[in-house]
Amino acid sequence: MGLVLLVVIWLITLIGSYFIIAKTWWLPVGASAAAAGIDHHFTTTFILMGAVFIAAQLALGWFAWKYRDRGAGTAPAQYSHGNNTLEILWTILTVILFIGLNLASESIWATERFEAAKPGSVQVEVTGMQFAWYFRYPGPDGKFGATKPELEDASLGGAGALGLDPADPASKDDVITGTMVVPVNRQIEVILRSHDVIHSFFVPTMRFKQDAVPGLAIHMHFTPIETGEFEIACAELCGLGHYKMHGIVKVVSDEEFSQWLAAREAEKQ
Amino acid sequence: MATHELAAHAAHAHAAPQGFIRKYIFSLDHKVIGLQYFFLALVAVFTGIFLSLLMRIHLVWPTASLPFLGEIKPETYLSLLTMHGTIMVFFVLTTAPQGGFGNYFLPIQIGAPDMAFPVLNMLSFWTTFLGFLVLVAAFFVTGGAPLHGWTGYAPLSALPSAGPGEGLGADLWIISIAIFCIGALMGALNFITTTLDMRAKGMTLMRMPLTCWAWFVTAILGLLAFGVLLSAGILLLMDRNLGTSFFVPLGTVNGVLTGHKGGSPLLWQHLFWFFGHPEVYIAILPAMGLCSQLLSVFSRKPIFGYKAMVYAILAIGFLGFMVWGHHMFMSGMSPYTAFAFSIMTMGIGVPSAIKTFNWLGTLWRGKIRFSSPMLFAIGFVSLFVVGGISGPFLAQPVLDIYLHETYFVIAHFHLIMGVASIFGIFAATYYWFPKMFGRMMNETLAKTHFWITFVGAYAIFMPMHYYGMAGGLRRYSQGTEVAWIHKLAPIQQFITVAAFVTIAGQLIFVFNLFWSMKKGEKASDNPWEATTLEWITATPPPHDNFGGITPVVHNGPYEYSVPGAPRDFVMQTDAPSAARH
Repeated sequence: MGLVLLVVIWLITLIGSYFIIAKTWWLPVGASAAAAGIDHHFTTTFILMGAVFIAAQLALGWFAWKYRDRGAGTAPAQYSHGNNTLEILWTILTVILFIGLNLASESIWATERFEAAKPGSVQVEVTGMQFAWYFRYPGPDGKFGATKPELEDASLGGAGALGLDPADPASKDDVITGTMVVPVNRQIEVILRSHDVIHSFFVPTMRFKQDAVPGLAIHMHFTPIETGEFEIACAELCGLGHYKMHGIVKVVSDEEFSQWLAAREAEKQ
Repeated sequence: MATHELAAHAAHAHAAPQGFIRKYIFSLDHKVIGLQYFFLALVAVFTGIFLSLLMRIHLVWPTASLPFLGEIKPETYLSLLTMHGTIMVFFVLTTAPQGGFGNYFLPIQIGAPDMAFPVLNMLSFWTTFLGFLVLVAAFFVTGGAPLHGWTGYAPLSALPSAGPGEGLGADLWIISIAIFCIGALMGALNFITTTLDMRAKGMTLMRMPLTCWAWFVTAILGLLAFGVLLSAGILLLMDRNLGTSFFVPLGTVNGVLTGHKGGSPLLWQHLFWFFGHPEVYIAILPAMGLCSQLLSVFSRKPIFGYKAMVYAILAIGFLGFMVWGHHMFMSGMSPYTAFAFSIMTMGIGVPSAIKTFNWLGTLWRGKIRFSSPMLFAIGFVSLFVVGGISGPFLAQPVLDIYLHETYFVIAHFHLIMGVASIFGIFAATYYWFPKMFGRMMNETLAKTHFWITFVGAYAIFMPMHYYGMAGGLRRYSQGTEVAWIHKLAPIQQFITVAAFVTIAGQLIFVFNLFWSMKKGEKASDNPWEATTLEWITATPPPHDNFGGITPVVHNGPYEYSVPGAPRDFVMQTDAPSAARH
């Protein structure tokens, strides 16, 4: 029985580790400035935790076989209540491993979340509602117009869905779209809102995720470094259409972005 | 102290009841109440498993028409996952290890005739039972069961207009949890008092089996955590029915004003996870205590580092209340607090690692007997390691940006909180069945059950890590709408097949359980040659546990292979000279 345990535990360890090392199913290729650092820390964590995983499972299987009961008359088990030196040693090693790993990643977190968006970044307001995303740009005046919950009507789409207040002059030039278009290599400041329940704005290629919470306007930022179309999915259970609540981030050159924005402004006139 | 304890014993002794109803239904005997909890958990676990099976079918064959149930719609899928999570967390993982085995064996292992408050004990079971009925009733009301997930995030859970099932079904869900909390609080008081006041002479705290330490600390966690959840549940009910706005800010659903303003959705999350994280330890600590016990018994060797194990349990219990924010890194909570929660969470990995080292140290140079309880204990260690090492990924906010709400999280908590705890429940069943029912369970069936469950658990949950690494999101009834998730469909198919086989394997356990009650080989009083007090008494134990004798304890709980002793184990009640210290 000890031998069977050894074989099964070692096989599980081998197969389990194989798919990680071979990266058969893995994170999509990163397309934002933060991705390289995050991915590097993923790899570091995988190597260290993987070593712990493999060592513990190998030891477990090995001990099960090696220290099996070999029948009456063989040597008894060792009478020992433990070893304080070992206890202290592995406690210290674990503290160093876990806390060290954590501290190594905090600078990335600080860059992504402690620092506000830099002046001159492109502002996009992202609003979630059951079960769609809307994107709003402040227009030439650089100001978002006021919105009022009592004016919200999803059936109208665009300005009506967001409850944009036509009485506010700042609302006149706001551009509202169903696809997020942003320029490459510029910092994007995202202002996350929700009308109804909690949603979560997840763009895996950008290594970006943040809940959109009703009652809060959450400011975040990311910097796309690749052009192309990238999918958005809702990552917080928001109701029966949760799985359908997706969208697209289209990353284009700075020039194309300006042209696109100007064209949307022209449509409004 | 001794006089006080004797007085306590006398005060709590009660005569054996005669009638069927007082003996088996409204019993005051902790052993009967323990079995009641156990069978409630058994019904609950098969309900929960059945729901997960429906979910697995829907994920792979979304348009399949099932007999009696028809086609599972996306909103039904969400109801299934809500009820699966709620039933499993509350009525299985909290009910069986603590209410079931804790109730039955804590008093016996510390040498007490019963729990400190037998009436309270009976009430706590019947309250829990009522909670289960109310929860199941949610399936049968208009609109069906709620779809807001077992975490019940507001405003989704607070607004009847937010989706199907968010009407009466959601109210019943909250009421059920509130009732459960009341039962759990009564149980916690009983466990704490019993451990502190009812120990036999010589049963010092540091001579208690690690199972008792685990039940004791679990009870303290329950006392502090369930009160908070109860309050949160009452506030949520008020938001839903009395027009308050604790958790709901100004907003609309489908363009209609909700009538609330000024509430904070994050407040619910703080209150919920202040309960929710300790709850993880409420589920796993008893299994940790039990597996420590079994590794020692079946390795015929003292537990490696008893004191370190006790301190590790206490450290986990203490730190368990300081880490709740790691569920909320993406919630909009201040990013500065994420730093603190993250450090504390990595810190809680340290006592967990100490326990793993000590388990391996216990096997080291042992003389291992591979009885079925031991197989499940070894399986527990293996699963605990896998579930443990995925923790530090999620505990780091930088990695959680990507992993939050993916199947990586599902894999992590199912392995460590779900499957590992259930391995503890299986191990406990195989280990204590002879004491509870006077017969042995069939060992061949038990081992077959072990291999199917052990390999099956890995086959189900390892691939979920990969699914999550590739960005697969949880609580998605279909992956077809998002291209990167759609590509991962083969993984879901594999998991569904693995789940079918593993669930079928559980029928072996059920058959063995009921067959052995009637037909199992007669058990001796101490079939495993173990040292703790439940093995000195008759099988099954008499009404007052020790047949009028008050045991006196002279030895620690793990005196195996003591040099010079006549046998390879020294009972806790054996003369002190038998064990060397």
